[in-house]
Order: sequence, then structure tokens, then C-alpha cells
Amino acid sequence: MSQTGFSRFNQWSHWMEGKGLESDIVLSSRIRLARNLRQLPFPHRLDESQAETTLARLEETLQAIHDRWHLDFYRLAEVSPLERQVLVEKHLVSPQLVQEPVRYQAVAIDPRESISIMINEEDHLRLQVVLPALSLQEAWHVANRVDDALEEHLDFAFDQKWGYLTACPTNLGTGMRASVMVHLPALVLMRQVAQVFTTLSQLGMVARGLYGEGTDALGNIFQISNQVSLGLSEEEFLHNLSVVAQQVVGSERHARQHLAREAGVRLADRVARAYGILTHARILSSDEALRLLSEVKLGADLGIVPALSRASFAQLAVLTQPGFLQLKAGRALNPLERDELRAKLIREQLLGEAA
Amino acid sequence: MDTPGGVQAPVCQRCLKRPATVQFSKVVNGEKSERLLCEECAREEGAFHFMLGPVFTVQNVLGGLIGQVPGPVRPSFQERRCPHCGYTYQRFAETGRLGCDRCYETFADQLEPLIRRIQGRASHHGKVPGRAGRAYLRQREIARMKAELKAAVEREEFERAAELRDQIRRLEDELRSSDVGEGGAVR
Repeated sequence: MSQTGFSRFNQWSHWMEGKGLESDIVLSSRIRLARNLRQLPFPHRLDESQAETTLARLEETLQAIHDRWHLDFYRLAEVSPLERQVLVEKHLVSPQLVQEPVRYQAVAIDPRESISIMINEEDHLRLQVVLPALSLQEAWHVANRVDDALEEHLDFAFDQKWGYLTACPTNLGTGMRASVMVHLPALVLMRQVAQVFTTLSQLGMVARGLYGEGTDALGNIFQISNQVSLGLSEEEFLHNLSVVAQQVVGSERHARQHLAREAGVRLADRVARAYGILTHARILSSDEALRLLSEVKLGADLGIVPALSRASFAQLAVLTQPGFLQLKAGRALNPLERDELRAKLIREQLLGEAA
Repeated sequence: MDTPGGVQAPVCQRCLKRPATVQFSKVVNGEKSERLLCEECAREEGAFHFMLGPVFTVQNVLGGLIGQVPGPVRPSFQERRCPHCGYTYQRFAETGRLGCDRCYETFADQLEPLIRRIQGRASHHGKVPGRAGRAYLRQREIARMKAELKAAVEREEFERAAELRDQIRRLEDELRSSDVGEGGAVR
């Protein structure tokens, strides 16, 4: 389907809007709840008939709450590989969900692409809510209500002592992983980011790269999340993460002011060079594009170069991704063709359509 | 690290035989490819060239933690199987994932210290699901009454015992019918 340039999914998700509290530094806030059905093997242990029954049962459940939540159900086997890749690039599903084989995997997504439910990933259900900027409480509020709605139809595996039971004990308890995606170019430039993250780990938080566990911090974008899921209430975990996120934002602002004051012309030169390449290059790899976009975004936030474009930094970051480009082109592209299209789209975004 | 969601454990994408344990990314001519490989294939592909050991993943680290259960290891531990799904603790040590929700009961003795180590605490203070929570409370009530029944029999208070037996039966029937009625689990 996507091979012809058509996708049933939106170009941009609501979370990429780039507006809200601390939105110059905090790109998005995410809540993920892991849930499993009672008295049923976890996904990696389901036999074929159990997997099929589970999938059908969850499809029915999502149908039952459709009037209220509008979550459309897609079996991954019926979604093209390219569209699956774009779902990962837009952070609507994890890279693990789309790893072949995907016969018994599915996802349900709402029209704004704020709510997504991954089915038969590591756990039977992984409910995720992503909102723009620093909005953990709002995201939890939505996730909690969707969870209540699901719970009216499903019996979740739960133990009074250990809370929600998950395939891996690292998610036990609340089953909740809350995270904020933050853009920290100044802390990286000043080589302070490692120290910030060491401090985070002592507070039970962890920082990862752009696409979650085991990925690189492309474009100076990091995800900070709670490492522990058991022992505190959801509100307490969220409060802690919000406070920590605010402090990280504070150190980034501090580092930016310091850079602007101390590195003045060198910083301006660096940002202007990045802007020059982005507005003139004919070939851009995704790594280079993200790195330069990050610098230009920093320069725009500090008023050194014009604001990025009508598109937000999050949108531009997704635009650099290979799946997104190919979906946009309507066909498979080789790496060189992708680099060319990427450079063209970025020029258009920064200079206006005429570029 | 989470392993790929899948009905079966992921298989190495190179030899298609052994379980995949390594996420292997390679950049060739600007084209980045990512594959899941077993350790042997990853080594042949040169994955560990710059590393001292296998990748640092939650699964691997968890495996290490699971290995160091304090105190003498009783051999029977190794062979115990979850009566509901047939999973063994050994498999958990290898994969970092349990077989089903009731594995938590089956392997409670071994899981408890592990959970304390990874989570810092071992008691839940968060959300309680409405229905499953109620079922839990009923089960706990039944367990309590059974203990009381046993004590009553020992004290030869047979009238009280008969009363308790009827109450337990009623509660168990309720629990069973609500299980069917609410259709919680897929069987």
C-alpha cells in the first residue's frame, strides 16, 4: 500500500507539534503501561492457537471501546514493512514489535496518533500515550483511563504484592515506564551530559538514545525514563521524573547561556555553518542531517539563526528517517536517492517551498 | 534490552538455527543494517572486534544476577517446572523472561531476592485493577477461611468446620462463575 505513496497513517503525529511547557527542550512525554492477560503464557510462549485467540480477543476488546477511544486495530501482517518502519520512526511502536515474524503482532492507534497499543510485544499489551512537551501528568491521565476501559473487558495478571505481572521482572509493579524526550545540544557541547546522566542513574532514572534501549543519541536527543517500576505509586514515579526532567532542562538552559556568553562568535559560526550546509547540500545522510538540525535548532533557540521552519524540530527529525522518506516518495529508494530526497526536503523546510 | 516481540524466541537471522542474542548493526557504504544474530554468527561477522564481551543488555545482566542466588543451590531448583506453562527457572535465567503470570508463584522463592535487587523493593504501591483486584481479595478470603477450617477440625469444632466448608464452597463457586462470566483469560 505504502509502495504507491499512500499511507493510512498521518504524516505527523500530534506529539510532534512542538508546543507546550518547556517545548524548546522537551520534545515529548510518554507513558507506557505493560499489561498481561491472566492465566495465559506470555507472548514468547504462546502456541499458535493461543496467539490467534489472544489477538482476536484483543481486537474485539478494542472494538468494544472504539466509540470512546477510536483506536483502530491493525494486524502487522497486514501493514507493509515500510509502514511498519515509519511507525517505529514516529515512536508509535517499538523496534521490537515490528521485528519479523509479525504474524501475531498488532497495533491499535487513535486518529491523533497519541495513543497506541502494541499487542504481543514482550507483554500481551503495551499501552502507550505520547504527548508534546513536558506533559507527563496529562499523558498518565489518558493512559490510566484507557487502561480502565480495557480492564472492563479483560482480566489482567495482577498480584497484590508484585503488582501487574510482566514477562520481564524489570517491568513489575506499576508496569509503567514514563519518559521524556529531551534535546540537550549545549550539555553535549560542553561535555556535561555524561555527568548529568550519572546523577540520573543514582536517582533511579536512565537515559537512552533517540529510539530507546541500545540506540544512539542521534541529534543530541535523549530519552530519560524511570528505571524502577515497583515500590512507588504511578503518581510518585511521575512526580520524581517531572522534577528530574525540570532539572535537566534547567542545566541545559544554564549551559546554553554559558555557551552564548563565553563561546559567542565560535558558537554563531558553528550554527551558521550548519545552517549553510542544510540549506545548500544536495546529499545528506540521516546522521549528518540530525546532527546539523540539532545545531541549527540550538541556534534558533538562542536567536542566532532564523527559526527552523513551520515544521517543528521533532517533525524535521522524523523527516530525516529512511522509512518516512520512502513513504513520501511512494517507492523504495536506494541510500543515495534517500540522501538526495532528504537534502531536498530539508532545503524546502528551511528556505520555503521555492528552494 | 527488550527482545523482539514474537511468539517464539527470536532465531538468529544468519544461521536461522540458534537463538538470537546479539543486536548487530553494521555500516557498509553508508547503509546501516541491523540484524539479530546468535553469538557465534556475530563473532564470525566480527561483532566483538572492539568489545571485550557480549553486548551489555538487560537480558545479559539479568542473567548474571539470576545466576548469583545467594546460599547453596538446591539441584531440585533447576528442575522445578511451572505447573501451568512448563517453564523452568533455567529458561528464565537464559532469556530474562518468565513463561506466564503464574511463574511468579512457582518461582517465588528465587524471584523475591532478585526482584529486590533489580527493583529495590518488593511491594506494589500503585494502581490496583478493579476486577482482577477483587478476584484476588476473594481468593485471599478463601485461603484465610481454609486455614480457619483446618484449625476448627483440629480443635474438633465440627459444627464450625461444616459452616466454614459451606462458605468456602460458595465463595469458590462464585469465583469460578465470575471467571466464566467475565471471561478474563483466553484459554
